[in-house]
Amino acid sequence: MKHTISILVENHAGVLARVAGLFARRGFNIDSLAVGVTDDPKISRITIVADGNEYTLEQIEKQLNKLIDVIKVRHFEQSELLSRELVLIKVACQPAQRPELISIAEIAQAKISDITVNTMTLELSDSEPRLKTFEELLRPYGIKEVVRTGTIAMQKGGVSMKL
Amino acid sequence: MASERMTVAAAMVKALQAEGIKVAFGYPGAAICPFYDELLKSDIRHILVRHEANGGHAANGYARITGKPAVCIATSGPGATNLITAIATAYMDSIPMVIITGQVNSEQIGRDVFQEADITGAAEPFVKHSYLVKNPNDVAVVFKNAFYIAGTGRPGPVLIDMPFDIQKMEIDFEYPDSVEIRSYKPSVEGNKLQVKRAVAAIEKSKKPLICAGGGIFTAGAQGSLSKFATIADIPVVNTMMGMSSMPADSPLFYGMIGMHGVSAANYAINHCDLLILLGARVGDRAVTAVNRLDGTTVIHIDVDPAEIGKNLAATIPVVGDVKNILNQLIALCENYDHYDWRKELDEVKATQDKPIVPAAPGFVNPKEFIRHLSAKLPAKTVVVADVGQNQIWTCNNIALKSGRFMTSGGMGTMGYSVPAAVGAKLADEENEVIAICGDGSFQMQFMELATMMQHGVGVKVIVMTNNRLGMVREVQTNAYGNRLTAVFLDGSPDFIKLAEAYSIPAQRVDDISKADKAIDDMLAAKGCYLLEVRVEEDQKTIL
Repeated sequence: MKHTISILVENHAGVLARVAGLFARRGFNIDSLAVGVTDDPKISRITIVADGNEYTLEQIEKQLNKLIDVIKVRHFEQSELLSRELVLIKVACQPAQRPELISIAEIAQAKISDITVNTMTLELSDSEPRLKTFEELLRPYGIKEVVRTGTIAMQKGGVSMKL
Repeated sequence: MASERMTVAAAMVKALQAEGIKVAFGYPGAAICPFYDELLKSDIRHILVRHEANGGHAANGYARITGKPAVCIATSGPGATNLITAIATAYMDSIPMVIITGQVNSEQIGRDVFQEADITGAAEPFVKHSYLVKNPNDVAVVFKNAFYIAGTGRPGPVLIDMPFDIQKMEIDFEYPDSVEIRSYKPSVEGNKLQVKRAVAAIEKSKKPLICAGGGIFTAGAQGSLSKFATIADIPVVNTMMGMSSMPADSPLFYGMIGMHGVSAANYAINHCDLLILLGARVGDRAVTAVNRLDGTTVIHIDVDPAEIGKNLAATIPVVGDVKNILNQLIALCENYDHYDWRKELDEVKATQDKPIVPAAPGFVNPKEFIRHLSAKLPAKTVVVADVGQNQIWTCNNIALKSGRFMTSGGMGTMGYSVPAAVGAKLADEENEVIAICGDGSFQMQFMELATMMQHGVGVKVIVMTNNRLGMVREVQTNAYGNRLTAVFLDGSPDFIKLAEAYSIPAQRVDDISKADKAIDDMLAAKGCYLLEVRVEEDQKTIL
């Protein structure tokens, strides 16, 4: 089962290595990982999507909490989350195909970020399953390159994850 | 306290003094020389070990006796990497240590310069925390935090990596009085509701059992353990790390559990209806078949919440300092009586000791020897067992009524006993400290005989020699069709002559009739002593 874990950490050098190393040596698989600084420049937020059962999840949370630089760990149910991932897709596109791709972009609410004589680069921020659908729609044109940021997530509603 | 102008190296020494450090174990090198130059001017006693790992094990032994973080020092590169096994050994057994390593100039880090090693990276899986000091002004807070983190909660090793150029910089130094780490707040008291649930389970139980682990020593809870077991009339077993936490002559004590434990202790674990785990992490060698405990109510008391439910599901988890929680329990528990349950265990205990098989001429049965030794040990003796058959023979045949037993329980690090005994002796110079090892492990550490002689550390060393790596030999005999390979120690020196080369008095015991006299001679010696005990090559680990 997939779990989304948000971790507030001290914004020090080496913290990401400690968190990632912990996942590796305890045998927890990471599906996606995203890091960025929060509104407080001394604190970074790591969002990890990991795979595992209840036991694994409990161990992940407990072991993360033991790292001195980890300030707070929260695990969210998928239903209470607002989660987004950004993807850039460079796709082969002859001039005659442009209208088709523009229409796919419009339907998916993607942006056209770059264009050349025979390629088009599209940008979409959305939930992980919708990104997959988007990628599948573009595949017949010939995908040249895909970059994804990893999922970031936040709890829905008025509650926020603070110290 | 006003700040003072000084070099970082001088500040490091001031920090150690502020932490009450009297002894430090180490091995110098160029990258740590500024610190050593300042250490020379201080009253801190430096013990020069003969290998960095042994400095780590000596600090480990010292810390186990004092209960406070002990210090070891190494230089950059190979000095630091040599320490890794000692760091991992301390981590597995939750021993508080602060490790100081020299590092190359901060500007050169990452360029693979001479004797550069990324030690904070390499040691990351085995440290509670680590620091690479890049800003000289951080040194005071880093040292304060390092000692606090190492010694509180579940203790462990904390590494401080100090670049050469940083050590030489000048700063305004003021050692902080208090620590403020927002992300580190270990639990101390047990949750009252959980303690009440534990008491209710104890009240209901007909066959309760206490399993005491190394956490008893961490919390200094030996007295509370004894008191709780007595008023609640609950039998006690221990893990290898918990050995000597309960006086061996207590009628409530039933020995060590586990793969190499005794029958009564394992019977008790498998037949109790309530298991109270105290500072024990249910390691795979301690409880070999966790599923046998299905249906047993488990109260797991530990300072580290991550240990609860890791290897065994707990019915009632209680997080906090074991001593505090035991005292909470003592206040709430009545005088119960578990006579029938104790009788049941006494019956198993009465039949567990098989008669000693006399050794062939020229040899001594090591189990019999340990019993002779045990009978003669003065009160408060510290016994340090190495790893292998010598360790199990010792665990199952030594009966410490007071004093302390220690060994590398989690990591099973060969070569631990002699350096750890050096550390223990320096922490407790009044009492006897005895290292027990085999001829395999002794040859991983005998360079420390020089450390003992140089610094006048009167450790007694017992080497059980059978010219084999005995425990591996036994595995090969039992599981690999007796195809023995790489377990022969041919080429070993004459250990008596070796001791003489270090000017250490020594004698060989090759007949049990000579054991008592030899033990008396060893105990009567003022300084170091070495006793070789000749053991048959096919001697079994367990009776």
